[in-house]
Amino acid sequence: MSQQFNYDIAHLIGATVLMAGFGLLYQRRVFAVLNTFAFQALALAAAAAWQAHIQDAPHLYFTAAIALLFKALAVPFALHWLVERLGIHRTVETALSIGWTMIVGVALVALSIMLVLPVTAAASALTRESLALAMSVVLLGMLMMITRRNAVTQVVGFMALENGLILAAVSAKGMPLVVEISIAFSVLVAMTLFGIFFFRIRERFDSLDVAYLESYRGDRS
Amino acid sequence: MLIASALLSLPLLALFAVLAGRREVTHSIVYAGCFVASVALFGGGLTYLGGHSASPSWILPLGLPWLKAHFSIDNLSALFLLMINLGAAAASVFAIGYSQHLPQRRRVTPFFPLFLLAMNLVLMADDAFVFLVSWEFMSLSSWLMVVSDHTDEENRKAGNVYLIMAAFGTFCLLPAFGLMAGPGGDFTFAAMRIKDLGLMGGFMVALLTILGAGSKAGLVPLHAWLPLAHPAAPSHVSALMSGVMTKVALYGMIRVLLDLHGQLSWHWGAGLMMVGGITAVMGVLYAVLQDDLKKLLAYSTVENIGIAVIGLGLAIAFKGDGQVELAALALVASLYHMVNHSVFKTLLFLGAGAVISATGHRSLTVLGGLLKRMPWTGTAFLVGAAAISALPPLNGFVSEWLILQSLFKGPGMPHWAMKFGVPVVAAFLALAAALAATCFVRAYGITFLGRPRSADAAEAEDVSFGMRWSMAGLAVLCVVLGVIPVTVTDALSHVVRPLTGVGFAVSADLGWPWLSPVSATRGAYSGTILMMFGLSLFAIAIFVVHRLGTQALRRADPWDCGHPEDIPQTQYTSQSFAQPLRRAFGHTIFQAREKVVMPEPGDMAPATHKVSMIDPVWSGLYLPLVRGIDWIADHVNRLQYLTVRGYLLMMFLTLVFMLLVVAVRQQL
Repeated sequence: MSQQFNYDIAHLIGATVLMAGFGLLYQRRVFAVLNTFAFQALALAAAAAWQAHIQDAPHLYFTAAIALLFKALAVPFALHWLVERLGIHRTVETALSIGWTMIVGVALVALSIMLVLPVTAAASALTRESLALAMSVVLLGMLMMITRRNAVTQVVGFMALENGLILAAVSAKGMPLVVEISIAFSVLVAMTLFGIFFFRIRERFDSLDVAYLESYRGDRS
Repeated sequence: MLIASALLSLPLLALFAVLAGRREVTHSIVYAGCFVASVALFGGGLTYLGGHSASPSWILPLGLPWLKAHFSIDNLSALFLLMINLGAAAASVFAIGYSQHLPQRRRVTPFFPLFLLAMNLVLMADDAFVFLVSWEFMSLSSWLMVVSDHTDEENRKAGNVYLIMAAFGTFCLLPAFGLMAGPGGDFTFAAMRIKDLGLMGGFMVALLTILGAGSKAGLVPLHAWLPLAHPAAPSHVSALMSGVMTKVALYGMIRVLLDLHGQLSWHWGAGLMMVGGITAVMGVLYAVLQDDLKKLLAYSTVENIGIAVIGLGLAIAFKGDGQVELAALALVASLYHMVNHSVFKTLLFLGAGAVISATGHRSLTVLGGLLKRMPWTGTAFLVGAAAISALPPLNGFVSEWLILQSLFKGPGMPHWAMKFGVPVVAAFLALAAALAATCFVRAYGITFLGRPRSADAAEAEDVSFGMRWSMAGLAVLCVVLGVIPVTVTDALSHVVRPLTGVGFAVSADLGWPWLSPVSATRGAYSGTILMMFGLSLFAIAIFVVHRLGTQALRRADPWDCGHPEDIPQTQYTSQSFAQPLRRAFGHTIFQAREKVVMPEPGDMAPATHKVSMIDPVWSGLYLPLVRGIDWIADHVNRLQYLTVRGYLLMMFLTLVFMLLVVAVRQQL
């Protein structure tokens, strides 16, 4: 297989992760968001595995396995279970309308391409475009966190942001495995904390809308 | 060695004052120690002035580990060391007696030696680090003494304003030195001298230095803290702050603008000269309207700093234009005025301290007739007042005359701004000098002449031995510096030579006692001859009156000085004396308005006459600034109460903004 073909496949998978990022922004149902997130994590695992193959870096298979197990399976199932268990309102509550969110998302992708491509002019073509894709995913994750009211969707936004980081990590050659493992575990810890937190919020306010939290802060004079 | 041991003794004295402050004798010992240390430092300064000894430099392993502390004494530092320690010695002697009656003396004595130490270290600093640390230390130690009488609301306010302005000054000086040190970060003055600052760097360094050192020196409109803080401190400290600390600020200005910067264009000189002119006139206009004796002296300090800065600006303009001889002349005149001001302003503040300790009052309204009760203080104050009013043959005249002479050479510069600007500044200087004379006629006349306006003033006793002699010594110095002007300018010539390239040159050398900076026929002055001539005339007059006049007894009604009723209320008051000036100048500048309220017919209440004035600097600059800061603080405060998503949004927008900046910069 030619090098060009390797790159094309890598870019295709990376772009799939990015498309899943847009998909996250587009969904109107909480379960659909979770499914899309699982799909994004699956694509991420595929990207990591493909990078392991073309870079001859066997430790990236391990990264792919972590992404598959935790992010594509464990996290979506756990969130699914939480949503059902807590009987959360199943529609996505937006702070910015879906259409506008998509437009801003496109602008962010344009920004990251404009930014990354000139900066990494010296790096290889594979790394350059993957980095641009990864950065777009990160920015879309952040966008999701600020444009969605519900705590579950905010957590999904955070996880999508992590996906972007891991995509960047696997695209660059020589990222140590320990970094990826620690990222994966920090995500798990965050997931656990969020879960406990959800129960607590839910017990108090009968809702997961974070706006309820605001009247309970001590620093408002 | 002498200098080092004197400097080391000062913190030990401070420590001693803290530990043994309970006993009365401690304070006398500490101030006596300060006197000895100041005399030693004065002697040290004298050794290095005039290039008799090579300027020494020491490198001590103090401060940050990779920056050693550099100290050095060149001619300029030596001159200012003389000024500082002369004032410090006089104030220390005065304080031995004065502090006995000071209720808050335990909060003052420990900081006095530290203040002296800080000022001396600023002058000896040879790198930016030592300079700035000492500078800030000087501000803080004097601030502690300003707020020593913190029970008074007004003193607390003065302390706050002082602290803010001191912080502003250092805030300006810090980047100025940072720019001069450059990215390499060599903070020694030697490295800064050879560094090329470039156009923008040079501009910023000059601007920040004028703002930073100017706020400490009291240039209008940065003077706002000075008339509040200087009077709030005990009088011996006020004398040092006004007479001496402002000189340290001017030293900083000269050091950076004429020594370290090295490539200043004449525009800066022209601007500085104009600011000096405005400062002089504004300062004296404020001073002439004050009722508080110490506040009056503090505003008069603003005026004199303005006069010195006129000379400094002129020197920079001449130097920037390449006319180094004239630059030397203007700089000598400016330095001469700084020396003189440090002497007579210290004297006047000590005199005010003596008046306060004798009567307990600072307000002119309740003083009067003190010359009879306090002949020593009254005479010394008279000499100081005459000197600051620039009366020949005293020292104030010589320096103001020299500045005026150098101003007359200004229109010879090939710039229209200077051709037109210099006569304006000369007119400002003349106006300021005339108003200063009025101001001190008023201050002296109301305080020391006439009849006492209160029981306290009527029962005042002259102050103790040490206080008298410290004032007498400074008064004698006022005369001496005035009658031997050539000796002084010769000494100052050594100081200006490294800064301008040439020494002080007289155009026609008429011999020792004659000072003729411009031409032998049009501008020559000799304080010595004038003094001798005046004394001879005086002696002849006494002889004529006593020997040739009639000895016969004559009986007549005594002259009643214009008020036949023997009640103090018929005299001029401090307000009535200033009224013509208030009407002439205050109406527009201070928005002074007078209002007479007559009681209703049948009402037994007295009629009242009220004067309202507005300080244009406060109402035009500082209050809007304060309101603006309040407004911004109110609006920024809202950021504290954002929602979780709000904070996320803020971070997100910041990130996107930064990325955009990077992206745009790449495209360029």
